[in-house]
Amino acid sequence: MIGQLATRKHLFASSVLGLILSLLLIACGSQPGSTGPSSGTPNTTPIKIGISLSFSGDFSADGTAFKQGYQLWADYVNSHGGILGRKVTLDILSDASSTDQVQTNYQKLITLDKVDLVFGPFSTLLTKPASVVANRYGYAMIEGAGGGPSVFTQGLNNVFDVSLPVANNLVSFAHYILSLPAGQRPTTAAYATEDDPFTQPQVDTAKQILEQGGVKTVDYQVYPAETTDYNPIADRIIASKAQVVVTGTLLPDITAFIQRFKQQHYNPQALIATAGPDQGTQFLNNIGGAASAEGIMVPNGWYPGANNPGNKDMVNAYIAKYGGTPDGISSDVAEAYSVGQVAQQAITKIGSLDQKKLIAELHSGDTFTTVQGPVKFDSTGQNVAAQAYLFQWQKGNFIPVYPADAATASPEFPKPNWP
Amino acid sequence: MVQLIFEAVITGILTGGVYALMASGLTLIFGVMEIINIGHGALVILGAYLSFILQEKFHIDLFLGLLITMPLMFLLGLFIEWAFIRPLKRDRTMLSILVTFAIALIIEGTLGLQNTFGTDYVKLHAWYVDSSNASFQIGGFYLAYIYVFAFLLSAVLLAGLYFLLYRTEFGYSLRASMQNRTAAQLIGIDVERISALTFAIGVALAAAGGMAFGATTSFNPDSHYDLISRLLVIIILGGMGSLRGALIASVVMLVIEDVTAVVWSPVWATTVFFFLLIVILLVRPQGLFGQLEGRKQ
Repeated sequence: MIGQLATRKHLFASSVLGLILSLLLIACGSQPGSTGPSSGTPNTTPIKIGISLSFSGDFSADGTAFKQGYQLWADYVNSHGGILGRKVTLDILSDASSTDQVQTNYQKLITLDKVDLVFGPFSTLLTKPASVVANRYGYAMIEGAGGGPSVFTQGLNNVFDVSLPVANNLVSFAHYILSLPAGQRPTTAAYATEDDPFTQPQVDTAKQILEQGGVKTVDYQVYPAETTDYNPIADRIIASKAQVVVTGTLLPDITAFIQRFKQQHYNPQALIATAGPDQGTQFLNNIGGAASAEGIMVPNGWYPGANNPGNKDMVNAYIAKYGGTPDGISSDVAEAYSVGQVAQQAITKIGSLDQKKLIAELHSGDTFTTVQGPVKFDSTGQNVAAQAYLFQWQKGNFIPVYPADAATASPEFPKPNWP
Repeated sequence: MVQLIFEAVITGILTGGVYALMASGLTLIFGVMEIINIGHGALVILGAYLSFILQEKFHIDLFLGLLITMPLMFLLGLFIEWAFIRPLKRDRTMLSILVTFAIALIIEGTLGLQNTFGTDYVKLHAWYVDSSNASFQIGGFYLAYIYVFAFLLSAVLLAGLYFLLYRTEFGYSLRASMQNRTAAQLIGIDVERISALTFAIGVALAAAGGMAFGATTSFNPDSHYDLISRLLVIIILGGMGSLRGALIASVVMLVIEDVTAVVWSPVWATTVFFFLLIVILLVRPQGLFGQLEGRKQ
């Protein structure tokens, strides 16, 4: 009996001691950038970058592509002198596309692995909780795949998305239309979009810009994503006789619209879709051949031939390391690579890994250069310097046509009649 | 606006024909076997993929290809009925929902493998589908050939089915089984054989529906979910077990939705239709030509 009491007291004492020790450890570990000796002696220990990626679950394909992008960037940096004279190592944990696991991962990376820096995971879904964890410890979260508005309405100041905000995908198209000379410029437009958080914001933004520029809206339709019969929607667009048609679609709906427009002999001067025409041969097979694709436009955030700093090196390095062709490179790779580029440029500018200084630098209004184009953050952390490229099908080739400095050919306007 | 409404009605009627073809097999299966075939949408998609292979690999015309796909699917129907439905002895209606859903998932999974078709969208092509001249011109409006042909196909197949049901001995046996399964057994009708053949006919009709669907819409293995929900609604409106009901309900649904979409908004199209459906069911729970009517025949 007494022995048991003594054992219990002993256990209690050791557990309290253990608890105090762990709390002390966590408190020590949560000081951002507290690794390495104080200034004076040059630091050559590698910079540890903590990342959580999805290798299983919904985002498995994207997680793999992101890892490739981050790794390619790390390889490039290490073979070009590192950052602040130090090499970088990536500490990657797997989150199985789970919002719980991603939080646990960043918690571990920051408090136990004591990483110097964190990069973002894949998807808005995971970036949202991950950024909260990073914020708790004062870490900047530089990311390339968490673009949904919900990430930026949390009231955090440490999130930085290097990629183009989704709502701005069609801005280039709107600017192109308004840039046409007065005699050529269309005066009416019809809009039709799925009620989807990816497509609708883009179409609404473009509509706003075009209306302000004097293009009259003659039809505006929003339809449920589960629609199977697109004919009445197409018929209303046709009846409006709009000169420009802006659609917020995925592949099945744009295919149905094209078929209906063809059958009804309706030839708009410009036709753009938010997705669908960017699906390569799958798109051509659906609509019945390259002749039907002639002149159709779609926005695109990055492509292998883009003339941005480091892009050619990245594409060549990708082919050398992973094989395949440039067209097969996922844009996820470019997004991850851009995250690294922004981090490197910011850290090099401030000369330190101090997270507070890093966050201040990223919010300072400086412009950074990446394989996806220029990056400049607004107060919410979104990239306001990003611009989507406008792509068009011309004679069976899918090419950038706007802005002029990225174009490989002039835009075809008006769109030729259906074959 | 009047022109637009007129066009919407015509479009609704023609598209309704396509849906009637898909729904006819479903209503027949329920009428005879009291099986709710949740897998019917997947069978339609399977039929569409079969037509796709014939057209892509062997360059066989879509309508001619039906002479191959329909018998193939008929045999598949016999197999499915023997393997999955016949073993159900009790709680047939409830269990059939689970079993046929499993069949749908198997079909979707097999079609979605990278080695078969993957998840890319495909579409059926033919000169009367793609060419911009493939239409009859009526005033300022063009009636696409494919919709007219599909509607004619529906009419022919449904007429053939009607002939089968009302002018042949098999048809008498089938309608007897529909009226009262036990009584039919008592007078010597081989109800099991009738069930097997009915299921197979239903699946063969799905093949034809699949061809019509695939020629008018892009599809991939996941397309069956949206399809089955619409088909079930059609047979509920038309009366489960009534062929005439399936045809009329399809046309009614498509016309109401299309007219609402052009006059008001696409977002309200389905809602308006469902509202009307509820009103009709409150007044007439068995649907337009419901079971009671069907069994009287």
